[in-house]
Amino acid sequence: MSPDSFPNSLSNPDLKVASLISVGQHPKSGRARRASQDARAVELGLKMTGSASRLIHVGGGDETGLRQYLGMGLPEITLLKADGRADAVPILASYLKEQPADIVLSGIHAEQGEASGMVPYLLAEHLGWPIVPRIADIQKVEDGFAEVLQALPRGQRRLLRVQLPFIATVDNAAPDARQYAFGPARRGLMNGVAVYAPVDEARLDWQENPAKPRPKRLNVVKAKSAADRFKAATAKPQGQGGKVIRDGTDREKAEAIMELLIAEGVVR
Amino acid sequence: MLLDWLLPALVVTALALLVIGAIRRIQLWRAGQPEPVKLIAGLMAMPRRYLVDLHHVVERDKVMSNTHVATAGGFVLSMLLIIPVHVLGLESRWLSIPLLIATALMFTGAIFVYRRRRNPPARLSRGPWMRLPKSLLMFSASFFLLTLLTSGFLPESFGSWVFTGILLIGVVFGLSEMLFGMGWGGPMKHAFAGALHLAFHRRPERFGGGRSTGLKPVNLDGKLGVAEPKDFKWNQLLGFDACVQCGRCEAVCPAFAAGQPLNPKKLIQDMVVGLAGGTDANYAGSPYPGTEVGKAQGNPHQPIVDGLVSADTLWSCTTCRACVEECPMMIEHVDAIVDMRRHLTLERGETPNKGAEVLDNLIATDNPGGYEPGSRMNWAADLDLPLMADKHDAEVLFWVSDGCFDMRSQRILRAFVKILKAANVDFAVLGNEERDSGDVARRLGDDATFQSLARHNIATLGKYRFQRIVTTDPHAFHVLKNEYGDFGGHYEVLHHSTFINELVEQGRLALDRFKGGTVTYHDPCYLGRYNGEYESPRALLGALGIQVNEMERSGYRSRCCGGGGGAPITDIPGEHRIADMRVDDARKVEAETIAVACQQCTSMLEGVVEPRPEIRDLAELVADGLIVETAESTTPAAQPIAEEVH
Ligand code: SF4
Ligand code: SF4
Repeated sequence: MSPDSFPNSLSNPDLKVASLISVGQHPKSGRARRASQDARAVELGLKMTGSASRLIHVGGGDETGLRQYLGMGLPEITLLKADGRADAVPILASYLKEQPADIVLSGIHAEQGEASGMVPYLLAEHLGWPIVPRIADIQKVEDGFAEVLQALPRGQRRLLRVQLPFIATVDNAAPDARQYAFGPARRGLMNGVAVYAPVDEARLDWQENPAKPRPKRLNVVKAKSAADRFKAATAKPQGQGGKVIRDGTDREKAEAIMELLIAEGVVR
Repeated sequence: MLLDWLLPALVVTALALLVIGAIRRIQLWRAGQPEPVKLIAGLMAMPRRYLVDLHHVVERDKVMSNTHVATAGGFVLSMLLIIPVHVLGLESRWLSIPLLIATALMFTGAIFVYRRRRNPPARLSRGPWMRLPKSLLMFSASFFLLTLLTSGFLPESFGSWVFTGILLIGVVFGLSEMLFGMGWGGPMKHAFAGALHLAFHRRPERFGGGRSTGLKPVNLDGKLGVAEPKDFKWNQLLGFDACVQCGRCEAVCPAFAAGQPLNPKKLIQDMVVGLAGGTDANYAGSPYPGTEVGKAQGNPHQPIVDGLVSADTLWSCTTCRACVEECPMMIEHVDAIVDMRRHLTLERGETPNKGAEVLDNLIATDNPGGYEPGSRMNWAADLDLPLMADKHDAEVLFWVSDGCFDMRSQRILRAFVKILKAANVDFAVLGNEERDSGDVARRLGDDATFQSLARHNIATLGKYRFQRIVTTDPHAFHVLKNEYGDFGGHYEVLHHSTFINELVEQGRLALDRFKGGTVTYHDPCYLGRYNGEYESPRALLGALGIQVNEMERSGYRSRCCGGGGGAPITDIPGEHRIADMRVDDARKVEAETIAVACQQCTSMLEGVVEPRPEIRDLAELVADGLIVETAESTTPAAQPIAEEVH
């Protein structure tokens, strides 16, 4: 996809898009690589603003992994230097306050390390920006608003209108990242920026073990025909309790959620 | 007399124009990248390269070969004699009679050229090439008669104004084609560019019966591949200019026959357009299938892809080298194609279809399928194969290749292991330490990944002691044998067909007769044309009592299965599939089995819908025919009996 296919790349030359990138880990070999969701975020950035879109990474600067993002045709990575024990959120927050962006994109969660998926949320909280999780596309940006296509389960989509600036995480439903090429990867710059990088105290005494895949409950489908099986695979799960609240104030809605969380034992 | 000054003037003018044109042409080649050549040695070697090596190729078409000898020999001789006789005006029978013979010889040759041009096969280009035989006839006839006239062989009365006038017109025509045209891009350009191309060929090893088929490495700190014509080495540009548009390459190209958008002759001509600047409007040969002629344009400083040629053209090539093998001018099509692919992959990141995924897998997991690198030995879980990591030293290192991940190829591998064990060969495998050889990455233009794989493999191989590497994969065979050398890996590498044949010849294997009906043998490109191994597979089949029903295209003319050069990965659509055409070749000779010697060929040919001949690798045929002794002897067969006394 050429960067020009985005309708606003010309009419909106000042649009600032930044993608947060992490070093991924190949599921089979464990080798460092570009993280697949982050790469999709970069792809979306490229679509919107071409090679003017920015890449931001907090960490030590693992060459092999990061250079693959540059290989997608971007000139540089802003490398906010921090060691593995630092907390990325305050570093990103203070950097984005100095170097503002209109749209910040990231993957849903990292492929290694803590991989909690909390960075975009915490960052949104720090910056006071809205966050749109799991988007498939940004269709246009106009008059300070973006039309964002959010991916929902089972291939459904929801079009949202979001005020700039905002943070979005990019779903696997977004277009695949383009091939990375050796030439631009070699030429791209890693602009190291020295930042204040406080150690993530909470994590220091955590113990890390390799994750084990959780057993999955098999869904026994008693289907006779292929059509039945197809239906079973695609049907929405029937509502198991719960209710849809459309009317009422935000406070009432929030209270309803809180009640549920307490009932389920999530919040005590 | 008019002739006294006009004729020398004409010849001198034509020669002067030739020199100017030639200098201009040389400037065009010099736009290319520097590449050191042996200047004097090359020029000295040129006549021999022309007379021996080039004619070795031309001779495959006997009539054309004789025709060319007569015409070209006659012409060169005539030119050498025209200067003293007609320019310097030396009057001697010792000169004029040889000149008469030379022009007569040339005339005879030209008649054959003319006859072939009356009904030219589709592979020949038309356009100015149709004019050439007439110019040849005119040149030789006019100078023949003029020489008769000036040296007094004819009565004075013949020298009428009209007659001389007609002869002079012939001379002008002839000279402008032969000399002016040579320097200024006419068909005769091939003589001048061709001679220099032979002198400064980028692969001089090819002359004198040698072979040079390994791709040249990319300097990863420099320019990555060829984007514009000026990015080719200067002698590659020179090579393009040597093309005579004979279309022999076109006639053997599997991609062209399959209707994919590639024609090696047109590709070379497009490179000529690129180096000289202009459009392909004057091209008068077969187009790229499905592409209109006349739209391509370029110059030395303009990107080639999507101007001169489309990317699909470059990705259609299977790197089978049939074109290179057939080209009488010894032009290197595959080098040029891979050079341009390198730019597309390394700079633009535009490897089509599954290309990006395969390269990504190679980078992340060292195998094209993206399988777990630690699972390379799963295919042999029950075979108890000796590992190099344990033994450190073995006579034979069995290079397993990525066939280990493919269930069909595993049958070939297992058959080969059975043979190794039956012959008591001291062998070991690298197991999980082995990585993809880099063949596919390199043909897809990703020399960075190739080099990284090669370096890792070379480092691994360097840890162990072995005498030779044996592999069932001709692609790995070629790469290990011919392409690792540039990175410091020099090994004795054998293809399993050669190795098994050796075992048979040494009497280390006892074979039964094959009882499966008629058999033909398909030469894999990377074993045959790339490495010249045509004999061992046939000898091996002979040892099984098989009389091979040879296909029309076999040996050095074997038609590719369609599986090389990453073609199944880039998968450019055509009208037919190359594998179907190859199986049709086998059907024509009523083969019930196609013997192959490559896992890639196996999977390509087996992908053809049934009914079709059975596809069996040599290793499988041999393994089936093994006569295994019932009581397995524990002492190696090679051990002398005398030792048992102790
Ligand atoms: S490239 Fe070689 S084989 Fe092909 S047309 Fe030219 S001279 Fe003939
Ligand atoms: S290498 Fe084979 S496929 Fe490629 S152009 Fe030559 S003949 Fe055609």
